[in-house]
Amino acid sequence: MTDTSPGTDKIKAILSSVSDPEIPVLSVFDLGIIRDIKMDENDHITVVITPTYSGCPAMNMIEVNIRAALQEAGFDNVNVETILNPPWTTDWMTEEGKRKLKDYGIAPPQGSVDKSELFGEDKVVPCPHCDSNSTEMISQFGSTACKSMYKCLDCLEPFDYFKCH
Amino acid sequence: MANPASLVKYVLYLGDNNLILSQRLGEWCGHGPVLEQDIAMTNIALDLLGQSRMYCQYAAELSGSNKTEDDIAFLRKEQEYNNLLLVEQPNGDWGQTLVRQFLFDSWHYYLLHALVDSKDQNLSDIAQKSIKEVTYHLKYSSEWMIRLGDGTDESHKRMQNALNELWRFSEEPLIMADYEKDLVESGIAVDISTIRESVQKKRQDIIREATLSIPEDEFMQTGGKEGKHTEHMGYILTEMQYMQRVYPGQEW
Repeated sequence: MTDTSPGTDKIKAILSSVSDPEIPVLSVFDLGIIRDIKMDENDHITVVITPTYSGCPAMNMIEVNIRAALQEAGFDNVNVETILNPPWTTDWMTEEGKRKLKDYGIAPPQGSVDKSELFGEDKVVPCPHCDSNSTEMISQFGSTACKSMYKCLDCLEPFDYFKCH
Repeated sequence: MANPASLVKYVLYLGDNNLILSQRLGEWCGHGPVLEQDIAMTNIALDLLGQSRMYCQYAAELSGSNKTEDDIAFLRKEQEYNNLLLVEQPNGDWGQTLVRQFLFDSWHYYLLHALVDSKDQNLSDIAQKSIKEVTYHLKYSSEWMIRLGDGTDESHKRMQNALNELWRFSEEPLIMADYEKDLVESGIAVDISTIRESVQKKRQDIIREATLSIPEDEFMQTGGKEGKHTEHMGYILTEMQYMQRVYPGQEW
């Protein structure tokens, strides 16, 4: 993320309270979707965000919540801009975000993005509950666009995996 | 210099494929063979709908009027949709849905890889955004082709029937419409000749691994890209557009 103007620290602090409605333990910063914050001399704020998955229905909600959080703090003149390029990747998720995900019971994305490996070896996804590496994928698609379903073969718990994007 | 009308048609072509296929896959919601696959269908539908939305937003912008993405998606007539005939074909059984998906993904994946280099920045951005999602789609539909084709006698038979039924729609994405040819010259549209081999090889490899055979009948049906659709299209739009037609301007 780049800072293009002074005075954005306060804005950042406010925005760190805005979370992903689908995964409430993650803030918009943990997710890496805030790409820029700009504030001009008239306190006009522009927050630039980028969508996670193309069809993620949480994005509209996040936009509304960003606006609401800033308005509550007294900033009435807020513009939320969406950009596509560079496209979001799970590589932008913060280490703290990954730790929070695991504590929440969702296995964080493993390693970097698959560069279109169609039939590559499946990744080892450690169980977020017992840390066993002996897990298997139940389904590539899960309860939201960003997750797959896995099962731990040791503790037998099913769990979600936040897949690489 | 390409004709501006060609760009609008091309953007609609790309967006309409995703929109109509998404609508079709959405019909599986609550009807999938098992819960995981029901969810997979709606996940793929959602990805395609999200991608379609980006194209519709761009088309609305290009139209130069006060049209919105919703007007583009919901208020056109059948002949104004440029989607491939393949994507409007009925779901049939699970096998037919997966064969349709594979024939689509095996083209969509390579198209997007080439569209990244488009001289049109918006199309390049949308392609970059979509590729990772579509990679998951192709992996999924390829695996199901193999699992069911090389499965039981019954699953093999159904997959072969589906392939026989849908094969005549498989070539349409590889035959360029006039608006594509117009845009290829200016580096905006993908020159299909550059991806044809990859698409065909992927299809042949997976179909062979699935122990299925490519139908011998070489007749190929086209027309969707120019708005000439099969009899199924009207029914899809009737359902998809119902709310906006009956309650114009209705919001969620």
